[in-house]
Amino acid sequence: MYLRTALCAASALALTAGAAMAQSTLTIATVNNGDMIRMQGYTDNFTEKTGIAVEWVTLEENVLRSRVTTDITTKGGQFDIMTIGMYETPIWGANGWLVPLDDLSAEYDVGDILPAMAGGLSHEGTLYAAPFYGESSMIMYRTDLMEKAGMEMPDAPTWEFVREAAAAMTDRDADINGICLRGKAGWGEGGAFITAMSNSFGARWFDMEWNAQFDTEAWANTLNFYKGMMDESGPAGYATNGFNENLSLFNQGKCGMWIDATVAASFVTGDDSTVADSVGFALAPDTGLGKRSNWLWAWALAVPAGTQQEAEAKQFIEWATSKDYIALVAENEGWANVPPGARTSLYENPEYQKVPFAQKTLDSILSADPTDSTVEPSPYVGIQFAAIPEFAGIATEVSQEFSAAYAGQQSIEDALAKAQAITNEAMEAAGYR
Amino acid sequence: MARAVTNQRKMINTGAAWIIGLLIFFPILWTILTSFKSEAQAIADPPIFLFFDWTTENYSTVMERSNYGRFLWNSIFIAGGSTILGIIIAVPAAWSMAFVPSKRTKDILLWMLSTKMLPAVGVLYPIYLLFIQFGLLDNVYGLTFVLMLINLPIIVWMLYTYFREIPGEILEAARMDGATLRDEILYVLTPMAIPGIASTLLLNFILAWNEAFWTLNLTAAKAAPLTAFIASYSSPEGLFYAKLSAASTMAIAPILILGWFSQKQLVRGLTFGAVK
Repeated sequence: MYLRTALCAASALALTAGAAMAQSTLTIATVNNGDMIRMQGYTDNFTEKTGIAVEWVTLEENVLRSRVTTDITTKGGQFDIMTIGMYETPIWGANGWLVPLDDLSAEYDVGDILPAMAGGLSHEGTLYAAPFYGESSMIMYRTDLMEKAGMEMPDAPTWEFVREAAAAMTDRDADINGICLRGKAGWGEGGAFITAMSNSFGARWFDMEWNAQFDTEAWANTLNFYKGMMDESGPAGYATNGFNENLSLFNQGKCGMWIDATVAASFVTGDDSTVADSVGFALAPDTGLGKRSNWLWAWALAVPAGTQQEAEAKQFIEWATSKDYIALVAENEGWANVPPGARTSLYENPEYQKVPFAQKTLDSILSADPTDSTVEPSPYVGIQFAAIPEFAGIATEVSQEFSAAYAGQQSIEDALAKAQAITNEAMEAAGYR
Repeated sequence: MARAVTNQRKMINTGAAWIIGLLIFFPILWTILTSFKSEAQAIADPPIFLFFDWTTENYSTVMERSNYGRFLWNSIFIAGGSTILGIIIAVPAAWSMAFVPSKRTKDILLWMLSTKMLPAVGVLYPIYLLFIQFGLLDNVYGLTFVLMLINLPIIVWMLYTYFREIPGEILEAARMDGATLRDEILYVLTPMAIPGIASTLLLNFILAWNEAFWTLNLTAAKAAPLTAFIASYSSPEGLFYAKLSAASTMAIAPILILGWFSQKQLVRGLTFGAVK
């Protein structure tokens, strides 16, 4: 009798536990890009393994950024996992808004995360977000046009070479622009590009006392070089071109070179590209001052403090950013489609090494150091941004001034003077100066 | 005396109306066409207008990736609920302003309209915090209430304008026949103002359907309407124009169909009282 009662009780408990497990649902906010969408397709694999269901909230990058910022600052608790970048992670980690990822399992192998990525997603040595994929920037160029121009792209070219090659490849009659670069206003668009480029010209946003540095020769050289080269060899209306516009131009065979995110390599060599068979890769250019113009970025998964499902959220992060997940994608969709730039082991894999852009992507990532991005010392962490809360607002305004200069609506001197005033004013209001 | 309109003038007017109509409709037509292209065709330069390999693959991808039915139902509930609730509150308000105005009525009307001039983002945090407090985040009822409040000034204004066209003597006559206030509004005023109420209803339904600030900021997975569905296909890094166009077409299709079938009522309501 006792045995029967005990068995019944045990069965009931097991059923209840099973039901509770199956009912657990994680809400994940994420961006709309190829790798993230692919991951959504594999969610069933995670649910089968763990019994945890997943609901996705997919939003455009800027909408997502504003949405998750509102939620985390008000402790709204709408999301169990948020997709955030290298800019937000150290700031939110320092504010105590994120759960530290310092207790991930041994099989997960935290040590395998590329050091540059782990560093950019940590605050004071504690990891606050796990990289789903990482990127730097590099040159993607048309090998056929380069050959036609009688030039050869070095592995690590200078800006002078790039300008010369762009002029040689330009053929206005055939609608071929020697070079396509971002000029669109926005801190994550043209702002990111020009900031990374300025590093290679010896410029920086702030000196060690947080004074703006737009009145320096290095910034004037950066903008004059950029505008001069783009006026000579860039597409019409480049001041309003961002990633997508340039990708579209490149894929249609209208760009000789394009310097942008390494993740674009899979797009320009993919099915939608008309020039997929004639694309080469090289490191982002420099001017010989010791810093290249490549950036570093990661889309990473973080757990907001206050979620009711911390353990389940960590389980998901371990699954989505694991070596096993990479193997799962490789098995089903090929190595060219795995999320790049996050794990060292991926680049040691002989199969992945066969992917044409793998080595240059790794070299670009390894050559980027967010803690030492400028020629002269600077007080901030970040390459194409300064990891302070005020930066996004300031850089958006500054990039608007720069875009107006590219479009010929004002001089470069005026744009730099305005950038100097905008930045100093904002930094003073924020109490840095 | 009515002006004689020559045939030539008629033709010019008709032609001009068609050109303006087509210009306004062109972005929608382009979105619909793009939704049937491949991603490569969607970004082709020069653009391809009609002669391309038509495909429904984008629609299949969107249907596979998203729960369209849930987004659609949320849109119908939120837009429909907020409009009906708004009409229920606005009819008595507009009645009192139109038929028993006080010396402050015009000021109140202007004040109501002035709330539309406040940028929505200015009150995002207070409303977000209130929603957290009352457990209304990602909740269709909370969103319905907010959209009702947002559109209420327009509903009151529109109804006020229509009610002013109705002679007050008719209501007085009803009162003399023993009609109560409720009867007067329900059985005398409302039937006479049906065209106005219908067009107010339709216009506000469309406004609520298209509202994208609050619907994106106050929802997550459960209450997200079609505006969130569209936002999930937009990306600054990656070419998803054809899929985005398919999602947009699916989001606007119900409202386009509704607008097509109710265009007579809409025009009648919007021009109600415009010509004396």
